[in-house]
Amino acid sequence: MTVTSMKGTAGQIVSSILVTALLVGSLVAVLEIEDQRALGICVAIIAGLSFLAPKLGILRGAEQAGAHHPWAVRLIILIGFCSLVLILKDNNFALLMIATILIYATVCLGITIQTGYAGLFNFAGAAFLGTGGYTAAMLANATWLPDIVTILLGGVIAAALGTVLILPVLRTRGHYAALTTLAFGVLFNGFLEANEMLGGPQGLKVPGIQIFGWDFSNDLVIGSLSFSFYANYVLLIGAIFALFMIFTRFIERSWIGIWLDAVRLDEIAVSVFGLRISVWKSFAFTAGNFLAGVMGAVYAKMTEFIAPANFTFGDSLLLVAIVLLGGIGNRWGVLVATMIVILLPEKLQFIQEYRLLLFACIIILLLMVRPAGLLARRVRVFEERH
Amino acid sequence: MSAGSKNESPLIASGLSVKFGGLLALNELSIEVRRGEVLGLIGPNGSGKTTFFNVISGIYAASAGQVLLDGRDITTLRPHQIAAHGLARTFQRSRLCLSLSVFDNLMLGAVRRLNSGLWYNLVRRDRLAADVRSAAKEARDLLAIFNPDLAGKLWQPAISLGMIDRRRLEICRALIGRPKIVLLDEPSAGMTHDETNQLMNEILEVRRNLGNLTVVMVEHEMGLIERATDRCVVLNYGKKICEGKYADVAADPLVREAYLGKS
Repeated sequence: MTVTSMKGTAGQIVSSILVTALLVGSLVAVLEIEDQRALGICVAIIAGLSFLAPKLGILRGAEQAGAHHPWAVRLIILIGFCSLVLILKDNNFALLMIATILIYATVCLGITIQTGYAGLFNFAGAAFLGTGGYTAAMLANATWLPDIVTILLGGVIAAALGTVLILPVLRTRGHYAALTTLAFGVLFNGFLEANEMLGGPQGLKVPGIQIFGWDFSNDLVIGSLSFSFYANYVLLIGAIFALFMIFTRFIERSWIGIWLDAVRLDEIAVSVFGLRISVWKSFAFTAGNFLAGVMGAVYAKMTEFIAPANFTFGDSLLLVAIVLLGGIGNRWGVLVATMIVILLPEKLQFIQEYRLLLFACIIILLLMVRPAGLLARRVRVFEERH
Repeated sequence: MSAGSKNESPLIASGLSVKFGGLLALNELSIEVRRGEVLGLIGPNGSGKTTFFNVISGIYAASAGQVLLDGRDITTLRPHQIAAHGLARTFQRSRLCLSLSVFDNLMLGAVRRLNSGLWYNLVRRDRLAADVRSAAKEARDLLAIFNPDLAGKLWQPAISLGMIDRRRLEICRALIGRPKIVLLDEPSAGMTHDETNQLMNEILEVRRNLGNLTVVMVEHEMGLIERATDRCVVLNYGKKICEGKYADVAADPLVREAYLGKS
């Protein structure tokens, strides 16, 4: 009531602060509370608040703030993110979880561009993540390339591999592209396990990141504050994720965004107006896999070890499930869904054994109650600022 | 433009055949569209009118024959290449992207004019914003000719529009790319008699504003054909059975037989 009555800029800014606080608070609470019963109550409270937020118009307000005052909102998010790292500063497990969430969310952003915008289903998200990871491992072990180049190359190789996969099926309609990714997602694991050069089932060791003498494997010390070494990675991954969020937003709010949506909705009608379907399909696929590959490289460097078991077909399916759960084509929905899917089974131990069953139930429930996902995608409205 | 090309027919189809399995949907069809005219394409259901449009716009491949657009052979080109030569069309069944806004749908008609460059779209956001503004103004002006209300619904999803506004939007989408020739596939489909009349007046007015744009129109409503077209071509079983002014065509015994059967 209080927030809905606040019209205009102030209401929007307050709304976005509240939403950010809710997200940061939930993360801190879920990550820090150990007692299972307290945790259960906490999750219930968060669910209740999340249910209440849209009713009070807070979500709508935050959304409008994002449209009208994007830099103010970005600042609020930055402050929220920094305080999150500050609060969790020496909690290794919590920071690792945050990093994992952001890595998965980035891959899902890529899938959002592919599936949500261009309508290409990608059942090999984990395989492209793995491609980036193995690229980083091989480059780090065989060359002296700087880590920034290695990370970028992880993205480039994943994107290139994806392009090679999809080019032959570009001129077909229907779900051939989806089947190709499905086959790749299944084969990737087997290929890695059988390949001696890539370490086989045992995997490969990867050195951590060093950028301009900043060694990510050491604890991060700022002034008198000392952070776990994971804080290095969380900051880097957070920055990359923010960059890709803006990238995805810019794609959506541009002519290209309209072309991609049109490719998904009606290939025939729009080709008649001169749109080159295959160009935009391959663009979306390449861009999405680039995001996955970059994060794969960072992931390998962070864990300092990769093995085929990290990139199974099941992981790829999980990524698709996150996108469906979050809301196809909604970037923030993807982030929220990743938090739920990654954190809940990790923290609520009794879930772990039943996690597949639970996911199935959540997805079915969701498709019944909110068929468009947790946060539905909005109709694109270009701001006509004068 | 030289005087010679000005008089040249913008669209010439000669000996066009299309086979679907054993069915001959178009049978050595030859049609010449004259510059600046409204040509009506009529005939019973299944006579090949829409197939003709689909071949011209590159959706189906011709089994035989040739299509010239402004003297250029477009027979084997793909739809997006044909669009680049200045041909636009509407569809019999509405083919709007219903979940996208009115503006987005319109802009699909202007694909060729708008900048799809990565640098421009992702980095030069200021220039993109300026172009969006001028495109929105152009879109409003065009929609307003048809229906001032529609111009105010620029950012609403197309699914929120009524049938006649959807059809208007489809026609605007075909016009906004400034084509040289427009194919209208049954603009009256799914609308009431009054709506159809109103829409046709709007189409004719816009056409005059655009310097007598060349139009080919498939239509079942004979009142419209009589009022709107300069010439008609009648198809039956994929063949041209008659051609001329509506009054002459309507009196032709072959045409009467095609529509009403042998007496």
